[in-house]
Amino acid sequence: MIEEFVLQCPIPLDDNPTVQMGHGGGGRMTRDLVERIFLPAFSNDLLAPLHDGAILPPVGGRLAFTTDSFVVRPLFFRGGDLGSLAINGTVNDLAMCGARPLYLSAGFILEEGLPIKDLWRVVRSMADAALAAGVRVVTGDTKVVDKGHGDGIFINTAGVGVIETPLTIGPRSVRPGDAILLNGDIGRHGIAVMAEREGLEFESDIASDCAPLVGPVRALLEGGVEVHCLRDLTRGGLTSALVEISESASLPMRIDEEAVPVRDGVRGACEILGLEPFSVANEGRFIAFVPAKEAESARALLGADASIIGSVEPPGDQPPLVRVRTSLGTARILDLPSGEQLPRIC
Amino acid sequence: MKYLDEYRDAATARTYAEAIARITTRPWTIMEVCGGQTHAIVRFGIDTLLPPQISLLHGPGCPVCVTPLEVLDQAVSIASRPGVIFCSFGDMLRVPGSQRDLFQVKSNGGDVRIVYSPVDAVQIARENPEKEVVFLAVGFETTAPANAMAVHRAKEEGLSNFSVLVSHVLVPPAMEAILSSRQNRVQGFLAAGHVCTVMGYTEYEPLARRYHVPIVVTGFEPLDILQGVYLCVRQLEEGRAEVENQYSRSVRREGNQPAQELIRKVFTVVPRKWRGIGEIPASGLGLAPAYAVFDAARRFQVDSQHAEENPECISGLVLQGIKKPQECSAFGTKCTPMHPLGATMVSSEGACAAYYKYRRHETVPPSPPVSAGGAAP
Repeated sequence: MIEEFVLQCPIPLDDNPTVQMGHGGGGRMTRDLVERIFLPAFSNDLLAPLHDGAILPPVGGRLAFTTDSFVVRPLFFRGGDLGSLAINGTVNDLAMCGARPLYLSAGFILEEGLPIKDLWRVVRSMADAALAAGVRVVTGDTKVVDKGHGDGIFINTAGVGVIETPLTIGPRSVRPGDAILLNGDIGRHGIAVMAEREGLEFESDIASDCAPLVGPVRALLEGGVEVHCLRDLTRGGLTSALVEISESASLPMRIDEEAVPVRDGVRGACEILGLEPFSVANEGRFIAFVPAKEAESARALLGADASIIGSVEPPGDQPPLVRVRTSLGTARILDLPSGEQLPRIC
Repeated sequence: MKYLDEYRDAATARTYAEAIARITTRPWTIMEVCGGQTHAIVRFGIDTLLPPQISLLHGPGCPVCVTPLEVLDQAVSIASRPGVIFCSFGDMLRVPGSQRDLFQVKSNGGDVRIVYSPVDAVQIARENPEKEVVFLAVGFETTAPANAMAVHRAKEEGLSNFSVLVSHVLVPPAMEAILSSRQNRVQGFLAAGHVCTVMGYTEYEPLARRYHVPIVVTGFEPLDILQGVYLCVRQLEEGRAEVENQYSRSVRREGNQPAQELIRKVFTVVPRKWRGIGEIPASGLGLAPAYAVFDAARRFQVDSQHAEENPECISGLVLQGIKKPQECSAFGTKCTPMHPLGATMVSSEGACAAYYKYRRHETVPPSPPVSAGGAAP
């Protein structure tokens, strides 16, 4: 609950209610921010020395390393916030490499005038998300920009994880005949954020699907599934993920539209706004490419919401196309959206 | 989902497609007027369910596509000025003017905002009394009532910092222009369901009689369109030319009369240039004299300077149903949604964009040569 966060906020509100330029100056105010906001939230042995960098113990295996920046507006939306996104986004990128995420860095760019309670709420959310995903934030940085030169908070997180499987998971491992699995319904994150940002009200409450994907990926790997490729569905949604992998693997794909779960609320919102659910953003969804003979067992490992949505075809036309069998039994192709999806006129 | 799944049922769609095949004895060319219908046809592959004798032509009913280059240039000019908040529906932002689009204005520091309703722009005007708030009022009869409402409210409230850049167009004159063209191939129309929700369909009755074409007021879901095609083919086969209403769950013959009254109050019928097609007499709406003070073109003194289309672009022929998108030499090569030569490649309702998005792997046979008579009298 918000109120609890506010009550727990270690910087008294009436004392220092907003972020000031001095908080990024490297002096006493910066130290205050670190000691009273970041350290209590992320508290761990590797961060505690507050050295220029974290010194990490050796790990047994190949490393995966990734980075991502997070600039969502508004900061808080139904089902998540900037903080949970900043952790789960990077954690999920590591998970898609088949890695177990271990350590994250967090770089904050704060806009002068940001209420400290908003920063605290975001940082607490990061701490909760990190705990849920089993990662530690071990190093960080804070800068403050003049009011009007940022959008509240920008966060960059980078992360490392250890790859404990001998498999090479990536687009080049995709093979003709592979089954394509999806771990749940699509489009909720994009619609939830858009609804919040634009003040749109829908009959049903659509909450973001923001979640760490460490668990389901581990379930697949520990279940012995020969995973060929994994990709989380973020900006550009299912469309971008499928088209990009199809192009990288130089293999066409076939998707069954009816097999892709979309909740009624998301479908309704997309119909009203003229958006394509396949291209709407997600933050807790991924597709997995596995050998056809392992498709059913993989689906069982991913749980009741998962479905087999299509398959990889033998090489054919160039560039390779992703074909969708529509609900009417006809065919269309999937194409990358050219930019942002734009609401239509009528 | 109510009002969606019922109209996307595969078994019913097959039943309709079979019924159409059963009653079709010869080739017929039918135009769907509205870009929303075009989008549904291409997205769901409805044309591929039809017997080969039925050709669907895509009509001019894409508001983004037909808004003239000159108006886009005016929009860009106004939006670039300091002190202006320029509001538009989202899909107008990427349409190229002769030099720039509104996204580029935004990235150069212009205050360009996407709104979901013109009434939101009025609210922005209320909240920003020190700024000039301009709304780009485009579209067919469907968007006209809400745009009229925005202007009407601004007048009632005495909002002096609100204005609209108007480029409204009307469907029946465009259908008549197509029918009276010597190149016409259209033998029957699926009229635009949402336009008729506002306007009713009495305006179409003289057209059906004069040009002896069946006109079926049709909705936007796959089954609506299949049923519309069925009704249209049945009339063609029986030699009838009437106005029929497939979309009766939304459309009444007389339409939405309070909405029509508001349109008549705020707007007046004017000649209008259609992008790619040219000027059509009495085919647009401009602000009525009593509301002329809200005309952004007048307030900002942006003259309509003639702008040249890219000579390679055949969007005008596509919008009139004379050519299909893939018959264009630039389609998918020089002209893509990222680098559009014409507006039909930009909007989600534009025929070229729909073909690029869903169909570009196919090659289509070229359109048959223009027949001498067509369906015109």
